[in-house]
Amino acid sequence: MTKAINLTLKVWRQQGPDLKGRLETYDAKNISTDMSFLEMIDVVNEKITLEGKEPIAFDNDCREGICGMCGAVINGRAHGPEKGTTLCQLHMRQFSDNDIIVIEPWRAKAFKVIKDLVVDRSALDKIIQAGGYISVNTGGAQDANSILVPQETAELAMDAAACIGCGACVAACPNASAMLFTSAKISQLALLPQGKPEAARRAIAMTRVMDKLGFGNCTNERECEAECPKEISITNIARMNREYLKASFISTVQ
Amino acid sequence: MYWLTKTFTTSIGKKILMALTGLSFCGFLTVHLIGNLTLYGGQDLFNAYVEHLHSLGPVITLFEWGLLLLAIIHILTGSILFFQNLISRPVRYKVNKNAGGRTLGSATMPYTGFILMLFIIFHLFDFHFVDHTNQTVYQIVSNSLSQIGLATIYLVAVIIAAVHISHGFWSLFQTLGANHPKYMPTIKNIGILFSLIIGIGFGFIPIFIAFIV
Repeated sequence: MTKAINLTLKVWRQQGPDLKGRLETYDAKNISTDMSFLEMIDVVNEKITLEGKEPIAFDNDCREGICGMCGAVINGRAHGPEKGTTLCQLHMRQFSDNDIIVIEPWRAKAFKVIKDLVVDRSALDKIIQAGGYISVNTGGAQDANSILVPQETAELAMDAAACIGCGACVAACPNASAMLFTSAKISQLALLPQGKPEAARRAIAMTRVMDKLGFGNCTNERECEAECPKEISITNIARMNREYLKASFISTVQ
Repeated sequence: MYWLTKTFTTSIGKKILMALTGLSFCGFLTVHLIGNLTLYGGQDLFNAYVEHLHSLGPVITLFEWGLLLLAIIHILTGSILFFQNLISRPVRYKVNKNAGGRTLGSATMPYTGFILMLFIIFHLFDFHFVDHTNQTVYQIVSNSLSQIGLATIYLVAVIIAAVHISHGFWSLFQTLGANHPKYMPTIKNIGILFSLIIGIGFGFIPIFIAFIV
Protein backbone atom coordinates (compact mmCIF):
# COMPACT_ATOMS: atom_id res chain seq x y z
CA MET A 1 0.00 0.00 0.00
CA THR A 2 1.33 3.38 -0.95
CA LYS A 3 1.43 5.85 1.84
CA ALA A 4 3.27 9.06 2.61
CA ILE A 5 5.77 9.37 5.44
CA ASN A 6 7.64 12.26 7.04
CA LEU A 7 11.32 11.87 7.81
CA THR A 8 14.19 13.78 9.35
CA LEU A 9 17.46 13.49 7.43
CA LYS A 10 20.89 14.13 8.90
CA VAL A 11 23.13 14.45 5.86
CA TRP A 12 26.92 14.82 5.70
CA ARG A 13 27.64 18.16 3.99
CA GLN A 14 31.18 18.94 2.90
CA GLN A 15 32.05 21.67 0.37
CA GLY A 16 35.29 20.15 -0.90
CA PRO A 17 37.93 17.45 -0.37
CA ASP A 18 40.04 19.28 2.19
CA LEU A 19 37.29 21.25 3.90
CA LYS A 20 35.61 20.38 7.16
CA GLY A 21 32.21 18.76 6.89
CA ARG A 22 29.32 18.24 9.27
CA LEU A 23 25.93 16.60 9.55
CA GLU A 24 23.05 18.93 8.63
CA THR A 25 19.39 18.31 9.33
CA TYR A 26 16.67 18.40 6.66
CA ASP A 27 12.97 17.60 6.77
CA ALA A 28 11.66 15.22 4.14
CA LYS A 29 7.91 15.68 4.18
CA ASN A 30 5.20 13.73 2.40
CA ILE A 31 7.54 11.07 0.95
CA SER A 32 5.76 8.28 -0.94
CA THR A 33 6.84 4.83 0.27
CA ASP A 34 7.05 3.79 -3.40
CA MET A 35 9.96 6.18 -3.97
CA SER A 36 13.51 4.93 -4.10
CA PHE A 37 15.99 6.41 -1.66
CA LEU A 38 17.58 8.52 -4.39
CA GLU A 39 14.19 9.84 -5.51
CA MET A 40 13.58 10.87 -1.92
CA ILE A 41 16.86 12.85 -1.98
CA ASP A 42 15.76 14.36 -5.33
CA VAL A 43 12.59 15.66 -3.66
CA VAL A 44 14.57 17.10 -0.74
CA ASN A 45 17.11 18.63 -3.16
CA GLU A 46 14.32 20.33 -5.13
CA LYS A 47 13.15 22.03 -1.95
CA ILE A 48 16.72 23.01 -0.98
CA THR A 49 17.31 24.44 -4.48
CA LEU A 50 14.08 26.48 -4.36
CA GLU A 51 15.27 27.92 -1.04
CA GLY A 52 18.35 29.14 -2.94
CA LYS A 53 20.76 26.77 -1.18
CA GLU A 54 23.26 24.22 -2.50
CA PRO A 55 21.58 20.82 -3.10
CA ILE A 56 23.05 17.62 -1.63
CA ALA A 57 25.65 16.17 -4.01
CA PHE A 58 25.48 12.39 -4.52
CA ASP A 59 26.66 9.91 -7.14
CA ASN A 60 24.12 8.01 -9.24
CA ASP A 61 23.70 6.79 -12.78
CA CYS A 62 21.52 3.85 -13.89
CA ARG A 63 19.21 3.77 -10.87
CA GLU A 64 18.58 0.11 -11.72
CA GLY A 65 21.06 -1.41 -9.30
CA ILE A 66 23.58 -2.49 -11.93
CA CYS A 67 26.07 0.32 -12.52
CA GLY A 68 27.74 0.68 -9.12
CA MET A 69 27.73 4.49 -9.11
CA CYS A 70 25.44 5.15 -6.14
CA GLY A 71 26.07 4.39 -2.52
CA ALA A 72 26.04 5.96 0.91
CA VAL A 73 26.00 4.75 4.49
CA ILE A 74 22.45 4.88 5.82
CA ASN A 75 22.17 4.68 9.61
CA GLY A 76 25.50 2.87 9.74
CA ARG A 77 24.70 0.40 6.93
CA ALA A 78 26.27 0.59 3.45
CA HIS A 79 23.45 0.91 0.86
CA GLY A 80 20.93 0.91 3.71
CA PRO A 81 19.27 -1.84 5.71
CA GLU A 82 18.01 -4.07 2.89
CA LYS A 83 20.18 -7.06 1.93
CA GLY A 84 21.53 -7.42 -1.61
CA THR A 85 20.44 -4.01 -2.93
CA THR A 86 22.14 -0.83 -4.02
CA LEU A 87 21.00 2.51 -2.63
CA CYS A 88 18.96 3.30 -5.76
CA GLN A 89 17.01 0.06 -5.31
CA LEU A 90 16.33 0.73 -1.63
CA HIS A 91 12.74 1.86 -1.32
CA MET A 92 11.22 4.19 1.23
CA ARG A 93 8.83 1.43 2.37
CA GLN A 94 11.82 0.17 4.36
CA PHE A 95 11.39 3.20 6.63
CA SER A 96 8.63 4.28 9.03
CA ASP A 97 6.96 7.61 9.67
CA ASN A 98 9.09 10.05 11.73
CA ASP A 99 12.29 8.02 11.29
CA ILE A 100 15.59 9.86 11.64
CA ILE A 101 17.95 8.84 8.83
CA VAL A 102 21.67 9.57 9.05
CA ILE A 103 23.33 9.65 5.60
CA GLU A 104 27.13 9.53 5.41
CA PRO A 105 29.59 9.03 2.54
CA TRP A 106 31.81 5.91 2.23
CA ARG A 107 34.62 6.37 4.77
CA ALA A 108 38.13 5.15 4.00
CA LYS A 109 41.60 6.67 3.72
CA ALA A 110 41.68 5.43 0.10
CA PHE A 111 38.30 7.06 -0.71
CA LYS A 112 38.53 10.83 -0.42
CA VAL A 113 35.31 12.81 -0.10
CA ILE A 114 34.92 15.05 -3.15
CA LYS A 115 31.72 16.74 -2.05
CA ASP A 116 28.95 15.81 0.40
CA LEU A 117 28.19 12.12 -0.36
CA VAL A 118 30.42 11.90 -3.45
CA VAL A 119 33.69 10.04 -2.90
CA ASP A 120 36.66 9.42 -5.18
CA ARG A 121 36.75 5.67 -5.85
CA SER A 122 39.52 5.79 -8.45
CA ALA A 123 41.63 3.69 -6.04
CA LEU A 124 39.53 0.71 -7.19
CA ASP A 125 40.42 1.53 -10.81
CA LYS A 126 44.11 1.55 -9.86
CA ILE A 127 43.74 -1.98 -8.45
CA ILE A 128 42.22 -3.07 -11.79
CA GLN A 129 45.02 -1.34 -13.71
CA ALA A 130 47.54 -3.39 -11.73
CA GLY A 131 46.32 -6.62 -13.31
CA GLY A 132 42.55 -6.96 -13.44
CA TYR A 133 42.55 -7.77 -17.15
CA ILE A 134 43.85 -10.31 -19.66
CA SER A 135 46.39 -9.45 -22.35
CA VAL A 136 45.31 -10.95 -25.67
CA ASN A 137 45.77 -9.92 -29.23
CA THR A 138 42.24 -9.94 -30.52
CA GLY A 139 41.98 -11.58 -33.90
CA GLY A 140 38.99 -13.14 -35.56
CA ALA A 141 36.30 -14.43 -33.24
CA GLN A 142 37.05 -17.92 -31.92
CA ASP A 143 34.75 -20.85 -32.63
CA ALA A 144 32.20 -21.38 -29.89
CA ASN A 145 33.15 -24.16 -27.45
CA SER A 146 36.73 -24.37 -28.71
CA ILE A 147 37.79 -23.85 -25.09
CA LEU A 148 35.58 -25.94 -22.84
CA VAL A 149 34.59 -24.44 -19.47
CA PRO A 150 32.59 -26.56 -17.02
CA GLN A 151 29.22 -25.08 -16.13
CA GLU A 152 30.06 -24.96 -12.41
CA THR A 153 33.29 -23.02 -13.03
CA ALA A 154 31.50 -20.61 -15.35
CA GLU A 155 28.90 -20.00 -12.62
CA LEU A 156 31.59 -19.32 -9.99
CA ALA A 157 33.36 -16.91 -12.32
CA MET A 158 30.06 -15.20 -13.10
CA ASP A 159 29.24 -14.88 -9.38
CA ALA A 160 32.57 -13.07 -8.89
CA ALA A 161 32.08 -11.00 -12.04
CA ALA A 162 28.78 -9.71 -10.63
CA CYS A 163 30.86 -7.14 -8.70
CA ILE A 164 29.83 -3.65 -9.79
CA GLY A 165 32.74 -1.92 -8.02
CA CYS A 166 30.50 0.27 -5.85
CA GLY A 167 32.88 0.20 -2.89
CA ALA A 168 30.33 -0.92 -0.29
CA CYS A 169 32.72 -3.69 0.85
CA VAL A 170 35.35 -1.09 1.71
CA ALA A 171 32.75 1.15 3.37
CA ALA A 172 31.31 -1.70 5.45
CA CYS A 173 34.64 -3.27 6.43
CA PRO A 174 35.66 -2.33 10.00
CA ASN A 175 39.22 -2.03 8.60
CA ALA A 176 38.32 -0.29 5.30
CA SER A 177 39.86 -3.23 3.43
CA ALA A 178 39.29 -3.75 -0.30
CA MET A 179 39.81 -7.52 -0.16
CA LEU A 180 36.31 -8.48 -1.32
CA PHE A 181 36.53 -6.23 -4.38
CA THR A 182 40.06 -7.34 -5.29
CA SER A 183 39.27 -11.01 -4.64
CA ALA A 184 36.20 -10.86 -6.91
CA LYS A 185 38.28 -9.40 -9.73
CA ILE A 186 41.11 -11.92 -9.22
CA SER A 187 38.62 -14.82 -8.98
CA GLN A 188 36.62 -14.07 -12.11
CA LEU A 189 39.82 -14.21 -14.18
CA ALA A 190 41.65 -16.97 -12.28
CA LEU A 191 38.72 -19.36 -12.73
CA LEU A 192 38.58 -19.12 -16.51
CA PRO A 193 41.13 -20.49 -19.03
CA GLN A 194 41.71 -17.04 -20.57
CA GLY A 195 42.80 -15.64 -17.20
CA LYS A 196 45.11 -18.47 -16.15
CA PRO A 197 48.35 -17.51 -18.02
CA GLU A 198 48.63 -14.23 -16.07
CA ALA A 199 47.11 -15.47 -12.79
CA ALA A 200 50.34 -15.39 -10.76
CA ARG A 201 51.50 -11.96 -11.89
CA ARG A 202 47.95 -10.63 -11.39
CA ALA A 203 47.55 -11.96 -7.83
CA ILE A 204 50.80 -10.43 -6.65
CA ALA A 205 50.51 -7.11 -8.51
CA MET A 206 46.91 -6.43 -7.46
CA THR A 207 47.64 -7.32 -3.82
CA ARG A 208 50.65 -4.99 -3.66
CA VAL A 209 48.81 -2.07 -5.27
CA MET A 210 45.81 -2.63 -2.98
CA ASP A 211 48.14 -2.31 0.04
CA LYS A 212 49.92 0.74 -1.35
CA LEU A 213 46.65 2.64 -1.84
CA GLY A 214 46.04 2.67 1.91
CA PHE A 215 43.25 0.13 2.24
CA GLY A 216 43.18 -1.75 5.54
CA ASN A 217 43.91 -5.42 6.12
CA CYS A 218 41.20 -8.08 6.03
CA THR A 219 40.47 -9.67 9.43
CA ASN A 220 37.64 -11.94 8.25
CA GLU A 221 34.88 -9.91 9.91
CA ARG A 222 32.48 -10.87 7.06
CA GLU A 223 30.78 -7.43 7.09
CA CYS A 224 31.64 -7.03 3.37
CA GLU A 225 29.72 -10.06 2.13
CA ALA A 226 26.77 -9.09 4.35
CA GLU A 227 26.60 -5.61 2.75
CA CYS A 228 27.59 -6.41 -0.85
CA PRO A 229 24.64 -5.49 -3.13
CA LYS A 230 25.66 -8.38 -5.41
CA GLU A 231 26.10 -10.75 -2.43
CA ILE A 232 29.63 -11.73 -3.40
CA SER A 233 30.94 -14.38 -1.03
CA ILE A 234 34.16 -14.31 1.00
CA THR A 235 35.00 -17.70 -0.56
CA ASN A 236 36.46 -15.37 -3.22
CA ILE A 237 38.82 -13.95 -0.58
CA ALA A 238 39.93 -17.50 0.26
CA ARG A 239 40.51 -18.09 -3.47
CA MET A 240 42.54 -14.85 -3.65
CA ASN A 241 44.65 -16.07 -0.71
CA ARG A 242 45.21 -19.39 -2.52
CA GLU A 243 46.13 -17.56 -5.73
CA TYR A 244 48.54 -15.38 -3.75
CA LEU A 245 50.16 -18.40 -2.06
CA LYS A 246 50.44 -20.24 -5.38
CA ALA A 247 51.91 -17.16 -7.06
CA SER A 248 54.39 -16.58 -4.23
CA PHE A 249 55.66 -20.11 -3.72
CA ILE A 250 55.10 -21.95 -7.01
CA SER A 251 55.34 -19.38 -9.81
CA THR A 252 58.49 -17.61 -10.93
CA VAL A 253 56.93 -14.16 -10.48
CA GLN A 254 59.10 -12.06 -8.14
CA MET B 1 65.27 -14.04 -0.21
CA TYR B 2 63.89 -10.76 -1.47
CA TRP B 3 60.73 -12.51 -2.71
CA LEU B 4 60.19 -14.16 0.67
CA THR B 5 60.19 -10.89 2.63
CA LYS B 6 57.99 -9.35 -0.07
CA THR B 7 55.57 -12.28 0.28
CA PHE B 8 55.12 -11.87 4.02
CA THR B 9 54.96 -8.07 4.15
CA THR B 10 51.80 -7.66 2.05
CA SER B 11 48.39 -7.63 3.74
CA ILE B 12 47.80 -11.27 2.74
CA GLY B 13 51.32 -12.23 3.82
CA LYS B 14 50.77 -10.79 7.29
CA LYS B 15 47.42 -12.60 7.53
CA ILE B 16 49.17 -15.86 6.65
CA LEU B 17 51.75 -15.24 9.40
CA MET B 18 48.91 -14.67 11.89
CA ALA B 19 47.17 -17.84 10.69
CA LEU B 20 50.22 -20.11 10.86
CA THR B 21 51.33 -18.88 14.29
CA GLY B 22 47.71 -19.02 15.51
CA LEU B 23 47.42 -22.62 14.32
CA SER B 24 50.61 -23.46 16.22
CA PHE B 25 49.12 -21.97 19.39
CA CYS B 26 45.99 -24.10 18.91
CA GLY B 27 48.29 -27.13 18.81
CA PHE B 28 50.18 -25.93 21.89
CA LEU B 29 46.96 -25.30 23.83
CA THR B 30 45.76 -28.83 23.03
CA VAL B 31 48.94 -30.40 24.44
CA HIS B 32 48.93 -27.97 27.39
CA LEU B 33 45.33 -28.89 28.22
CA ILE B 34 45.92 -32.64 27.97
CA GLY B 35 48.84 -32.25 30.40
CA ASN B 36 46.85 -30.07 32.78
CA LEU B 37 44.02 -32.61 32.95
CA THR B 38 46.36 -34.66 35.20
CA LEU B 39 45.62 -32.00 37.89
CA TYR B 40 42.21 -33.62 38.32
CA GLY B 41 44.01 -36.87 39.19
CA GLY B 42 45.60 -35.31 42.25
CA GLN B 43 49.04 -34.24 43.44
CA ASP B 44 50.99 -37.41 42.63
CA LEU B 45 49.70 -37.84 39.09
CA PHE B 46 50.35 -34.16 38.27
CA ASN B 47 53.86 -34.13 39.72
CA ALA B 48 54.66 -37.36 37.86
CA TYR B 49 53.50 -35.70 34.61
CA VAL B 50 55.66 -32.64 35.34
CA GLU B 51 58.68 -34.84 36.05
CA HIS B 52 58.21 -36.75 32.79
CA LEU B 53 57.84 -33.52 30.87
CA HIS B 54 60.95 -31.94 32.41
CA SER B 55 62.98 -35.10 31.79
CA LEU B 56 62.78 -34.26 28.08
CA GLY B 57 65.42 -31.60 28.84
CA PRO B 58 66.71 -29.87 25.70
CA VAL B 59 63.54 -30.75 23.76
CA ILE B 60 61.53 -28.64 26.21
CA THR B 61 64.01 -25.76 25.90
CA LEU B 62 63.74 -25.98 22.12
CA PHE B 63 59.94 -25.81 22.29
CA GLU B 64 60.07 -22.90 24.76
CA TRP B 65 62.25 -20.84 22.44
CA GLY B 66 60.09 -21.89 19.50
CA LEU B 67 56.94 -20.74 21.27
CA LEU B 68 58.61 -17.45 22.19
CA LEU B 69 59.52 -16.89 18.53
CA LEU B 70 55.96 -17.69 17.40
CA ALA B 71 54.57 -15.35 20.08
CA ILE B 72 56.85 -12.50 18.95
CA ILE B 73 55.76 -12.97 15.31
CA HIS B 74 52.07 -13.18 16.28
CA ILE B 75 52.19 -10.12 18.56
CA LEU B 76 54.31 -7.93 16.26
CA THR B 77 52.31 -8.76 13.12
CA GLY B 78 49.04 -8.35 15.02
CA SER B 79 50.14 -4.94 16.30
CA ILE B 80 51.14 -3.78 12.81
CA LEU B 81 47.78 -4.95 11.42
CA PHE B 82 45.92 -3.21 14.26
CA PHE B 83 47.59 0.16 13.69
CA GLN B 84 47.39 -0.07 9.89
CA ASN B 85 43.68 -0.83 10.13
CA LEU B 86 43.21 2.04 12.57
CA ILE B 87 44.66 4.62 10.15
CA SER B 88 42.92 3.17 7.08
CA ARG B 89 39.74 5.01 8.16
CA PRO B 90 40.84 8.45 9.44
CA VAL B 91 37.29 9.87 9.56
CA ARG B 92 34.98 7.53 11.45
CA TYR B 93 31.26 7.02 10.92
CA LYS B 94 28.87 8.90 13.22
CA VAL B 95 26.55 5.91 13.20
CA ASN B 96 27.95 2.37 13.29
CA LYS B 97 25.83 -0.69 12.78
CA ASN B 98 26.77 -4.29 12.07
CA ALA B 99 25.33 -6.04 9.05
CA GLY B 100 25.52 -9.43 10.75
CA GLY B 101 29.06 -10.48 9.84
CA ARG B 102 30.88 -9.48 13.03
CA THR B 103 30.84 -11.61 16.12
CA LEU B 104 31.96 -10.88 19.68
CA GLY B 105 35.17 -12.74 18.89
CA SER B 106 35.94 -11.04 15.58
CA ALA B 107 35.21 -7.52 16.82
CA THR B 108 37.46 -7.87 19.87
CA MET B 109 40.42 -9.77 18.35
CA PRO B 110 43.15 -7.14 18.97
CA TYR B 111 41.89 -6.39 22.49
CA THR B 112 41.50 -10.01 23.62
CA GLY B 113 44.91 -10.65 22.07
CA PHE B 114 46.50 -7.81 24.04
CA ILE B 115 44.94 -9.01 27.31
CA LEU B 116 46.14 -12.56 26.61
CA MET B 117 49.68 -11.27 26.08
CA LEU B 118 49.59 -9.58 29.51
CA PHE B 119 48.09 -12.73 31.02
CA ILE B 120 50.80 -14.99 29.55
CA ILE B 121 53.53 -12.74 31.00
CA PHE B 122 51.78 -12.86 34.38
CA HIS B 123 51.28 -16.63 34.08
CA LEU B 124 54.98 -17.22 33.36
CA PHE B 125 56.08 -15.11 36.33
CA ASP B 126 53.51 -16.84 38.54
CA PHE B 127 54.45 -20.46 37.67
CA HIS B 128 57.59 -20.61 35.54
CA PHE B 129 60.05 -18.01 36.83
CA VAL B 130 59.68 -18.98 40.50
CA ASP B 131 61.82 -20.98 42.91
CA HIS B 132 61.38 -24.67 41.97
CA THR B 133 63.89 -26.09 44.47
CA ASN B 134 61.84 -26.14 47.65
CA GLN B 135 58.37 -26.77 46.28
CA THR B 136 56.75 -29.09 43.75
CA VAL B 137 54.95 -27.65 40.73
CA TYR B 138 51.67 -28.88 42.24
CA GLN B 139 52.35 -26.76 45.34
CA ILE B 140 53.11 -23.71 43.19
CA VAL B 141 49.84 -24.23 41.27
CA SER B 142 47.67 -24.89 44.32
CA ASN B 143 49.21 -22.02 46.35
CA SER B 144 48.39 -19.64 43.53
CA LEU B 145 44.95 -20.92 42.55
CA SER B 146 43.67 -21.32 46.11
CA GLN B 147 43.68 -17.52 46.33
CA ILE B 148 40.29 -16.37 45.06
CA GLY B 149 41.75 -13.25 43.40
CA LEU B 150 44.33 -15.15 41.37
CA ALA B 151 41.87 -17.95 40.55
CA THR B 152 39.51 -15.28 39.16
CA ILE B 153 42.29 -13.82 36.98
CA TYR B 154 42.96 -17.29 35.54
CA LEU B 155 39.27 -17.97 34.94
CA VAL B 156 38.70 -14.62 33.18
CA ALA B 157 41.84 -15.05 31.06
CA VAL B 158 40.70 -18.49 29.93
CA ILE B 159 37.28 -17.13 28.93
CA ILE B 160 39.03 -14.35 26.96
CA ALA B 161 41.19 -16.99 25.26
CA ALA B 162 38.06 -18.92 24.29
CA VAL B 163 36.54 -15.76 22.76
CA HIS B 164 39.80 -15.13 20.85
CA ILE B 165 39.80 -18.70 19.52
CA SER B 166 36.09 -18.57 18.57
CA HIS B 167 37.05 -16.20 15.73
CA GLY B 168 40.67 -17.21 15.25
CA PHE B 169 40.13 -20.89 14.50
CA TRP B 170 37.83 -20.69 11.44
CA SER B 171 39.48 -17.43 10.40
CA LEU B 172 42.90 -19.05 10.05
CA PHE B 173 41.50 -21.65 7.65
CA GLN B 174 39.84 -18.89 5.59
CA THR B 175 43.18 -17.06 5.48
CA LEU B 176 45.05 -20.16 4.34
CA GLY B 177 42.53 -20.44 1.52
CA ALA B 178 40.62 -23.40 2.93
CA ASN B 179 37.08 -22.15 2.47
CA HIS B 180 34.73 -24.46 0.63
CA PRO B 181 30.94 -24.78 0.84
CA LYS B 182 31.38 -28.49 1.66
CA TYR B 183 33.68 -28.31 4.65
CA MET B 184 33.56 -24.69 5.92
CA PRO B 185 30.48 -25.33 8.13
CA THR B 186 32.40 -28.23 9.75
CA ILE B 187 35.48 -26.05 10.34
CA LYS B 188 33.27 -23.42 11.98
CA ASN B 189 31.64 -26.03 14.22
CA ILE B 190 35.03 -27.48 15.19
CA GLY B 191 36.19 -23.93 16.00
CA ILE B 192 33.27 -23.36 18.38
CA LEU B 193 33.77 -26.82 19.92
CA PHE B 194 37.52 -26.19 20.32
CA SER B 195 37.00 -22.81 22.00
CA LEU B 196 34.46 -24.42 24.36
CA ILE B 197 36.85 -27.28 25.18
CA ILE B 198 39.65 -24.78 25.89
CA GLY B 199 37.31 -22.55 27.91
CA ILE B 200 35.80 -25.33 30.01
CA GLY B 201 38.91 -27.53 30.18
CA PHE B 202 41.24 -24.79 31.46
CA GLY B 203 38.51 -22.71 33.11
CA PHE B 204 37.43 -25.48 35.46
CA ILE B 205 40.98 -25.89 36.86
CA PRO B 206 40.99 -22.69 39.02
CA ILE B 207 37.45 -23.52 40.20
CA PHE B 208 38.55 -27.08 41.03
CA ILE B 209 41.66 -25.96 42.96
CA ALA B 210 40.02 -22.99 44.72
CA PHE B 211 36.76 -24.62 45.79
CA ILE B 212 36.98 -28.41 45.57
CA VAL B 213 40.50 -29.43 46.65
